[in-house]
Amino acid sequence: MKLIVTDRTGKVHELQARDDWSAMEVIRDANLPLSAECGGACACATCHVYVDEAWVDRIPAAQQQEVDMLDFGVAVQENSRLSCQIKMNAELDGLQVTLAPESL
Amino acid sequence: MSANVAQPGGQHKTDVVIIGAGPIGLFAVFELGLLDLKTHLIDILDRPGGQCTELYPEKPIYDIPGLVEVTGQGLTDKLMDQIKPFGATFHLSQMAESLEKAGDGWRITTDAGTQIEARVVVIAAGGGSFTPKKPPIPGIESYENTSVFYAVRKMERFRDKVVVIAGGGDSALDWTLNLQPIAKKLVLVHHRDGFRAAPDSVNKMRALVAEGKMEFQVANIKGLNGANGQLSSLTLNTKEKGDYQLPAEMLLPFFGLTMKLGPVANFGINLHENLVPVDTEKFETTTPGIFAIGDINTYPGKLKLILSGFHEGALMAQQAFRYCKPDEKLRFQYTTSSSSLQKKLGVA
Repeated sequence: MKLIVTDRTGKVHELQARDDWSAMEVIRDANLPLSAECGGACACATCHVYVDEAWVDRIPAAQQQEVDMLDFGVAVQENSRLSCQIKMNAELDGLQVTLAPESL
Repeated sequence: MSANVAQPGGQHKTDVVIIGAGPIGLFAVFELGLLDLKTHLIDILDRPGGQCTELYPEKPIYDIPGLVEVTGQGLTDKLMDQIKPFGATFHLSQMAESLEKAGDGWRITTDAGTQIEARVVVIAAGGGSFTPKKPPIPGIESYENTSVFYAVRKMERFRDKVVVIAGGGDSALDWTLNLQPIAKKLVLVHHRDGFRAAPDSVNKMRALVAEGKMEFQVANIKGLNGANGQLSSLTLNTKEKGDYQLPAEMLLPFFGLTMKLGPVANFGINLHENLVPVDTEKFETTTPGIFAIGDINTYPGKLKLILSGFHEGALMAQQAFRYCKPDEKLRFQYTTSSSSLQKKLGVA
């Protein structure tokens, strides 16, 4: 299963995702620059990604906790998600995300 | 909190100064205290606990040995209880800004002017200092401290100004309510019509909007316009309206905190990818007398776990003792059986 990640320089990375891993874990395992400070507790908004428009409606909607936590994301858009809350599975094979800009 | 908190600006002398009052810094006080070493702690937050209290005070932790389940705040409270007998001094809401040699040891100066001299320095700074997130809006840095502020130090600065507050958390809402009466005009800008803030504050804000005393706009901030550090307007964007201008003299972005290594990078110690390499015998850096424990250090096999940091602190304390009390023999004792340790803990 693949997770396609565009980094902040525009470079596209095709990552091998694993069932049940969060997108954040897959991205960090590939050593891409994603701080994910709280380690996946949905408590910091520093694993912020933009989900490719084609996938926005295909991934499970954000729970209230994630929606609230996005209030602390910078440069939040309609397709913003916290990658620690996206759990990879066969249905998300090929999911495309872009790393959102970080705090300066 | 029953901690011994020092007034900023003082001069102090101690055995060991610990940068960071997270769980690892707190437990280091215990291990050092058993060896009769006196400690001072410095933390940029206004309370002990570090990430545990800042990021997940209410979230459960399940991998602390012997504690089946404890919250970030709960663990911090227990550690504060555990180290109470050792009377550590806390320097809170201060950032360790510089480190210099002082005799056999070191002098640390904080951004509040506090000076602490110690034989040993322990860096237990986790992911770094918690500092306000800065939204990546092009050119924002040229307006910082003239038109853009990430904290309110003097409310008077905002009197009779056109103020825009960005964000949807408690800080954004609290400062909206505090500054609205003195600002010439106040606009709250947030990316959605919903808030992660106390409902009471949200209700008060909505009431002010209904009375025409302030504005709330759902939009994203795309750009800043002005000259010489003086903001004149923001470029906002919504799906419906596209880009549009909003007059603004002051912008206060409140998007919570993020961790930055900060001045530790300038301490002259060896760094590797923003982490501090240490040995695994003493958790000492390549600079003798300076140690690093917890998430901020790196060594082969490092795991960023609280329990690893506790172990690192225990071994660090052994070597710290040798520096601080070179003429004394280090005696390894158990709290279960040593009456002298029990006396220090106030239980004998």
